[in-house]
Amino acid sequence: MTEAPLLRVRGLSHAYGSRIACSAVDVEVWPGEVLAIVGESGSGKSTLLNCISGRMRPGAGEVVYRAKDGREVDLWQASDAQRRLLARTELGMVHQNPRDGLRLGVSAGGNVGERLMAVGARNYGAIRATAAEWLARVEIDVGRIDDLPRTFSGGMQQRLQIARVLVSRPRLVFLDEPTGGLDVSVQARLLDLLRSLSRDLGLAAIIVTHDLAVARLLAHRICVMRGGEVVEDGLTDRVLDDPRHPYTQLLVSSVLPP
Amino acid sequence: MTTATAPAGYNFAYLDEGTKRMIRRAILKAIAIPGYQVPFGSREMPLAYGWGTGGMQVTAAVIGASDRLKVIDQGADDTTNAVSIRRFFARTAGVATTERTAEATIIQTRHRIPERPLREGQVLVYQVPMPEPLRFIEPRESETRKMHALVEYGAMHVRLYEDIAAHGRITTAYGYPVLVNGRYVMSPSPIPKFDNPKMDMMPALQLFGAGREKRIYAVPPYTPVRSLDFDDHPFAIERSDQPCALCGSTDTYLDEVVVDDQGGRVFVCSDSDHCGERQEAGRAAPARA
Repeated sequence: MTEAPLLRVRGLSHAYGSRIACSAVDVEVWPGEVLAIVGESGSGKSTLLNCISGRMRPGAGEVVYRAKDGREVDLWQASDAQRRLLARTELGMVHQNPRDGLRLGVSAGGNVGERLMAVGARNYGAIRATAAEWLARVEIDVGRIDDLPRTFSGGMQQRLQIARVLVSRPRLVFLDEPTGGLDVSVQARLLDLLRSLSRDLGLAAIIVTHDLAVARLLAHRICVMRGGEVVEDGLTDRVLDDPRHPYTQLLVSSVLPP
Repeated sequence: MTTATAPAGYNFAYLDEGTKRMIRRAILKAIAIPGYQVPFGSREMPLAYGWGTGGMQVTAAVIGASDRLKVIDQGADDTTNAVSIRRFFARTAGVATTERTAEATIIQTRHRIPERPLREGQVLVYQVPMPEPLRFIEPRESETRKMHALVEYGAMHVRLYEDIAAHGRITTAYGYPVLVNGRYVMSPSPIPKFDNPKMDMMPALQLFGAGREKRIYAVPPYTPVRSLDFDDHPFAIERSDQPCALCGSTDTYLDEVVVDDQGGRVFVCSDSDHCGERQEAGRAAPARA
């Protein structure tokens, strides 16, 4: 790992009216690291993810991203243009519901190719070849490149969404409950895929999940959130096997053994 | 003054002077930023939306007593829409009208650009139903404006990609998106893509009015207009494999016309004025068979 974090969040706070969703959250992600943010529903996980992925302006605090060229960009001080350019090149967002992240009226190949075309790819053959390559990497039959995503199963849609994001080689990917709503065998394959992709590509990722098994499998580090605050963070096995905060202990002990 | 010929109670060219000033300001802004859609306060016109209310308001704002107006609908001067709009301005503005492209100073058009090359000093006014080329991929107006502002036009190519993936070539045949002056992606209104190359570096001023959507945009004279495409699937226009049945032209845009109930059909020029001129010339000097 290198000496500087890829993303540094300092004192991030956000409130919806008088209801506080995040208060003074500090988070760091290092290159190649997978960070899981866990916590119960309503603990502020999604608000935090929306703010640090550049999709919702936080009430206070800074989100500093270190770009490929080494410059540090505060996402919420930067111009719209700069933030949106980063969001479609160096950052990526995988939504819980693939319908939010895919264009359902556009073929699988078009979905994967869109980020390439957005940064100026203008050769149809090359775009299509890259799209086919990525479909293969996420284990979708290349013969379905011209089919619409709505004819795909839930697990395939989620894998297609991942291909669509990773095709532009982002350096940091945000995943919001990537395995939510999938049955366990499909979940297992998806997790396996995510793990190998993040290792092969040296990808940094922030995963929001309430599923501790997902966190254990994918994450190097875990942040536990409750009531808008980070109550505990540390290495995954340390947090899960030796939880210190009473809430973490409760969370870990409430997982049902299969 | 020509207002003498207008029916009592109507201002010159129907719209009141305040409205015309407002539309002229929008037009000036549109000309200053080629391809940019300028919002304007579209008025109720005495015909239904979708019949050219936007084009009529633009024409009303730029027309003067000495102008000569031509109106075409799908290239023809004698279709319902063209006839009624031409008569509307003849009555409310008392201006001269013509069917000759060469003689007209203002040409209001629906879905075609005349075959005869336009010259400096002429104004081409398009009737536009859907001004936003990004609408099919992004339903939110706030978002499409941002995409225009930040030159985020990748999505436009997704549409062309889909064409090639499904049909092996770009099948978008009308309303083919163009890049104006290297900056704004613009819908050329539903003209056939056959006409797209004519927009490039055209000596005449091109104005676009969308009445229902309340947008005006423009392409000033001698502005580069490029049709979007892929490196390995370049923009190409379709050509008919047979000549016009009336004038024998092989380089114009043809309409297919059913002539009997036996399935008989012929292809004729969609630009009725151009076709007529060629027929006259052919009768005068019938050298070419």
